[in-house]
Amino acid sequence: MEQPNMSYINSLAGDDMVFRQRLIDTIKAEFPDEITHYEHTLQSKDFTAAAAAVHKLKHKISVLGMEDSYRLAEQYENNLKAGTVSLSEKFENTLGVMQDFVNSL
Amino acid sequence: MNCIIIDDEGMARAIIAQMAEKHPELNVMGEFSNAMEAMKFLNTNGEDTDLIFLDIHMPGFTGFDFIQTIKHPPAVILVTSDKNFAIEAFEYECIVDYLVKPITEERFGKAVTKAKVAKSSAPAKSAASEEHHNDTANEFYVNIDRRLIKIDIPSINLVEAKGDYIQIKTESKNYTVHSTLKKIEEKLPDTMFLKVHRTYIINTKKIIDIEDNSVLIGKDVIPVSRANRPELMKRLNML
Repeated sequence: MEQPNMSYINSLAGDDMVFRQRLIDTIKAEFPDEITHYEHTLQSKDFTAAAAAVHKLKHKISVLGMEDSYRLAEQYENNLKAGTVSLSEKFENTLGVMQDFVNSL
Repeated sequence: MNCIIIDDEGMARAIIAQMAEKHPELNVMGEFSNAMEAMKFLNTNGEDTDLIFLDIHMPGFTGFDFIQTIKHPPAVILVTSDKNFAIEAFEYECIVDYLVKPITEERFGKAVTKAKVAKSSAPAKSAASEEHHNDTANEFYVNIDRRLIKIDIPSINLVEAKGDYIQIKTESKNYTVHSTLKKIEEKLPDTMFLKVHRTYIINTKKIIDIEDNSVLIGKDVIPVSRANRPELMKRLNML
């Protein structure tokens, strides 16, 4: 499975350790809430809201360097807009891998 | 260029702020997680704001909705994960570029250059263009209890000043807004509205009856000051 990495963040931050830490702290603070929100929308079968939640999560997927997972998320977002949860399992596996990585930062 | 950042995602705001810091010509005046807070800021600092970095997808209010609430929007750079709004973005003159997340520094730099060019070639705001905008705007938004409420301009009967608030009376509803008569006067077309008293602006199209020192609009009798009476009479289509 594709693994998250810090390439984009390190490239942005350069030597600025304060910014690097700010970004890490922000991801750690926002990511769990975004996952919870996504899960809640799916449980409520509000696929429009779930698509919007996936849309928001895409940015963090891309910032953590997961290009294949980003494309998967795009497809999944479109599936949700069409009213189907096809690809939900793969997407949620991605979220799990990301959560483990973020917890380790 | 003074700029602000509007995005409900904290990580996005942090990234844009970091990129902006590397451009000495940019001064980030504020970061906002929602349209409402940004609007409050622009109400007092709008004239000093040259550029907005704006997310399209925000809870309850899109970036395009936000642009429509601003009377004279500064340059806007849209920042979004969605590639599909580029065509709609072309409909807005103020949008100078469209950045797709994740943003690269190179692409950010190009967007800033476009904003600089747009700023240097923008015509000065003229009284004529202000008047034109006044005549053609059909609605505006007010902030009531942390919600943005759209008010249809032709439906307004009158506006009354009440201390630190104004009361906007429409055909169907009354709105109490923390603002001044002067501020709302700027949003109302002067072909339709007239200040007839220090505490009243009326919609001249809604006048039912006129007495010597007052007009009847709906069920409200509104005083007309002596100083404003000549202008009122001029406005009326009298035989």
